Amino acid sequence: MAKKEIVAMLLAGGKGTRLGVLTNNLAKPAVPFGAEFRLIDFPLSNCSNSGINTVGILTQYEPLILNSYIGNGSSWELDRNEGGVTVLPPYLHDQGGGWYKGTADAVYHNINYIDRYDPEYVLVLSGDHIYKMDYSKMLDFHKEKDAAASLAVIEVPWEETHRFGIMNTNDKKQIIEFQEKPEKAKNNLASMGIYIFDWPTLKEYLIEDSKNPESSGDFGKNIIPAMMNDKYSVYAYEFGGYWMDVGTIESYWKAHMDLIHKDSGLDLYDRDWIISSLNPNQPPLYISEDAEVNHSLINKGSEIKGTVKNSVVFFGSKIGKNSIVEDSVILPNTKIGEGCYINKSIICHNVNIEDNCNVGADNLINPDISVIADNMTISRGTNIENGSVVE
Amino acid sequence: MKNVMGIVNDIQEEEVLKDLTIHRSLASVPFGCRYRLIDFPLSNMVNSGIINVGIFLEDKFRSLLDHIGPGKAWDLDRKRDGLFLLPASQRNNKNRMYKGDIESLEANLDYLHRSSQDYVVITSSKVICNMNYNKAFDFHLDSGADITAIYKQVPSPKQNKKQTVLKTDSNDRVTEMKVSPERENYNKISLEKFIMKKDLLIDIIDDCYSTGRWDFLKDGIIKNINKYNVKAFPYKGYVANINSLNSYFHKSLELLKPDNRKDMFQKHQIFTKPKDEAPTKFSDFGHAKNIIAANGCIIEGDVKNSILFRGVTIKKGAQVRNSIIMQKSTIGRNAQVENVITDKNARIKNGTELKGSRNFPVIVEKNAKV
Repeated sequence: MAKKEIVAMLLAGGKGTRLGVLTNNLAKPAVPFGAEFRLIDFPLSNCSNSGINTVGILTQYEPLILNSYIGNGSSWELDRNEGGVTVLPPYLHDQGGGWYKGTADAVYHNINYIDRYDPEYVLVLSGDHIYKMDYSKMLDFHKEKDAAASLAVIEVPWEETHRFGIMNTNDKKQIIEFQEKPEKAKNNLASMGIYIFDWPTLKEYLIEDSKNPESSGDFGKNIIPAMMNDKYSVYAYEFGGYWMDVGTIESYWKAHMDLIHKDSGLDLYDRDWIISSLNPNQPPLYISEDAEVNHSLINKGSEIKGTVKNSVVFFGSKIGKNSIVEDSVILPNTKIGEGCYINKSIICHNVNIEDNCNVGADNLINPDISVIADNMTISRGTNIENGSVVE
Repeated sequence: MKNVMGIVNDIQEEEVLKDLTIHRSLASVPFGCRYRLIDFPLSNMVNSGIINVGIFLEDKFRSLLDHIGPGKAWDLDRKRDGLFLLPASQRNNKNRMYKGDIESLEANLDYLHRSSQDYVVITSSKVICNMNYNKAFDFHLDSGADITAIYKQVPSPKQNKKQTVLKTDSNDRVTEMKVSPERENYNKISLEKFIMKKDLLIDIIDDCYSTGRWDFLKDGIIKNINKYNVKAFPYKGYVANINSLNSYFHKSLELLKPDNRKDMFQKHQIFTKPKDEAPTKFSDFGHAKNIIAANGCIIEGDVKNSILFRGVTIKKGAQVRNSIIMQKSTIGRNAQVENVITDKNARIKNGTELKGSRNFPVIVEKNAKV
């Protein structure tokens, strides 16, 4: 195998429990996003655009759709003679093996994969974040600081610091303290779950950590604190762009609304940093004579005959005459009949909503998000209460 | 259909689309928001189970090669068989006049000889439809025909300008076939798609070449109509015969009718070169009615009855009517555009008024700024 300077390890095995019915039969990184994409398109496109062409994808939970989506990596130009994408599921070996305990444990079990490329650095990524980031700049920072580990961090609102791992840094951006979901944060720089490590150092720590049965095998909880205890230099690389961990139904919906709004900082039309996807082959989209489409993203393969406002419509979906879809996300191949009113909802894949149904229409002033799970049929004239989850 | 190979003949006897084929051959003319004409014959063959396809190229083939690449989008990047791009022979003197498509076919006879299939479907790139060849092939075998000619029955005979037309007897045998006859009217339009044994095709090519006749359709098929048993097979779906700028314009706009669109795009999948594009964005100010569009467009203006290709931008206050706006074109603020075809990457400046008529659309050339 040819030597590579850096190998990326993409953590894609998570169940994403807080996404509820969206991940019923689906690993979180395979959740559809932004009318055309799946979550994993963002880190994979970032790798490709950053010049990183060796990516190990660690899978575990519900890998079927994710695996077939990744294929040979050609969608992201990651089908390479040397390197490219390699899907790394948990496996058994002479010393045991089995399910991955945590993020670091998953990488530990694939030390052999990384060693094949003899890299100097390893980049650890999550498969479920929406952002556009040039990892090569972070690598430059890592080299310049001569760090053992660098963590990408982003400023979050002070009132949300309790949801994140908060990094306290000195004026040289060295991390001096790490607070996991603190009640009283000293800082508002949150870890984005993106790490660059010196591979020889990380390897030592992974082996050491694997010997400790008490450890949860996690980068944030075990590996990074252990490195800092041993006085290794760990630096914070500040990222200034748009970043969203779509870990919850709320943030999933919010990220879609951000897509529609021009000034959110997430620009999918930038030809210098293209987000690639499998490009589902679909006919052109159709907007009928009676349709009204406002402030929305509509993907190919869809047919709009009603009114769509402030919404995102995925491929292959149909919206019937005299129906109104507002503040909603309509996933692929879903059919909404005539005379429906859909308000602040996430309608999943392959749902059939028959004529004259209302979803989340009973509370227009301060609505919660209503969700309809994959493959449901909502029969004619049904009212689905605001905030409910139909599965 | 494992025993059938496909041939797409992109060599045209005349420039039918004028400005749209300055930079490209007919087969790579954009059509239907996200396709090129070649996508239809190629997808038809692949959907019918044909895995060996040769494309006879004409001289402006750069754009076509760029579009097709190794044929991955059509599943034709194969170790065995797959896609073969066959340029005209350069073996003779460069200054010699080009005589006709027989010359290219003859120059690539090796490809035909080497292919393992016994039958061949040969089609022009001009007449577009979404057709599975399985039934036509069964008909060909059952009827014992030497050649099967696929045609479309049209309701009332119109003028036959730039069409190949035919007549049949009560046994579906083709008794007459003509290219653009002026006087008579025919109601069977040839789709310029023929099924025959590969060996017969080789004989026809050899016979034409060795007797100095150079037009495959006229000399190879039509002159042999009595020599061989030529049967006619009807196709009942939607057909777009792209034989003039006008027909290109009208057939494109006809795709706005749901039935035509479903027949053309959805009956069987039409494959095309994939491109990474975000979904199409509709702003607060925009109005879109009766349009079909590809991905990556940003619509801030007012668009009606139009066809938008990938990455088109319609700026605020612009009005677009009955128009075909090709890839990456921009219609500037408050511009008014009606009955217009803009080729790729054209730019209509702010406030410009550009109006063609229904039967005489205005063409804006590739990369032009108006």
